Amino acid sequence: MAQHKVNFTQDGGLPVALTTIDKVVNWGRSNSLWALTYGLACCGIEMMASGASRYDFDRFGTIFRASPRQADVMIVAGTLTKKHAEFIKRLYDQMTEPRWVISMGSCANTGGMFNTYATVQGCDRVIPVDLYLPGCAPRPETLQYGVMLLQKKIRSQKASRAKKPKRLM
Amino acid sequence: MRAYKPKDDVQKKPYYTDRFWVAPQVPKQPVESDEIFAADLAALQEKFEVLDAYIQVEQMVVYINPEDNFEVLKFFKEELTYDQLSELSAIDWLAQKGEFEIFYQMLSMNKRKRVRIKMFIKEDQAIESVEKLFRSADWSEREMYDMFGVKVNNHPFMKRILMPYDWQGFPLRKTYPLQGDEFAQWYEVDKIYGKEARDIIGPELRDTARIDRYDSERFARLGHEVPKGAPVTDDDPINPQEYQEDEGVFMIKKLKKESSVIVDDPQR
Repeated sequence: MAQHKVNFTQDGGLPVALTTIDKVVNWGRSNSLWALTYGLACCGIEMMASGASRYDFDRFGTIFRASPRQADVMIVAGTLTKKHAEFIKRLYDQMTEPRWVISMGSCANTGGMFNTYATVQGCDRVIPVDLYLPGCAPRPETLQYGVMLLQKKIRSQKASRAKKPKRLM
Repeated sequence: MRAYKPKDDVQKKPYYTDRFWVAPQVPKQPVESDEIFAADLAALQEKFEVLDAYIQVEQMVVYINPEDNFEVLKFFKEELTYDQLSELSAIDWLAQKGEFEIFYQMLSMNKRKRVRIKMFIKEDQAIESVEKLFRSADWSEREMYDMFGVKVNNHPFMKRILMPYDWQGFPLRKTYPLQGDEFAQWYEVDKIYGKEARDIIGPELRDTARIDRYDSERFARLGHEVPKGAPVTDDDPINPQEYQEDEGVFMIKKLKKESSVIVDDPQR
């Protein structure tokens, strides 16, 4: 047999892999999570560090985009003020389905130390949140682990469009 | 969480009073003790009415009538060479006197002296803008209006600067509660979803240290997760946390710890 000829019935088998649509679609979605650049306060520094070379988000397929129309996941990194609440809702609405939200740090989770009149007491009062990361600020490892958990969550979901969109109310 | 008490008269009734406590006062010196300040004050008194004047921490403090504020600051800037307005704001004395105290902090670079010009105004009284003299007064006066509700006449853009334009209330007044009045607490819900959404979203949870492991709506115990809203029992199923599920990812092999090799020899 010539060297270039491959016996498909042996060794590697046929160059065909069988799987389900759900798995293929979710494989693609979970490994190309483009994140909306959303640094609101000091957590944004940790988010930038996660994207830089030492922690290297590109390994996970997470690339920061400056436009909500190109983003799959919104990482709310920092204090959300009441003045800004309408804009986070608008940006969330501009993201295309399917979309996910990570609430990063105490301020985005619950308002944190800012128990005052001007801070939204948790960004889940405005937009639905998939994952809450504790910490003030969470280290880049925490954010990486959060993204990995989100990938796992995406893979456990149905990929079909008939899925009911998430609504806060 | 501490019960909310109305703070309408918080300045009148301190929560603790010591019978023998004497509030420390920063010592005041007469203006005559500094010859530069004495000359400035004499020049000022020729043109304007000065209610009080003294030196405190090497700075001259001058009380004037609020109607004179523009002319006095112009006089200080042009005649007395106090050519910088470093700060401007208001102090809330509404509970004690029913008045705001306005202060202008000025600096003379060639005299190396600082002067504070003060005046009292009633709650609904407006003052004249000094933005035409000092550009720094533009944002300071807007902030003073935003935080205290002191209106400023002839300002080029008299709008709120820190809070949103449709905000109600003046947050730096002593009567304003720290966690906001009803308008502030429902601001983002009312604005985005409307008032009818209040019942669905619910009031703000102000206790940020609250943890309830039997609340599966808001909390998930790592390794013992149950579906959202499901009841939590003490013997939850154990769901070990690992990044990758078995055969979960197409074309990507799962790392097995027992099959991994530790490389001791870098020259391997």
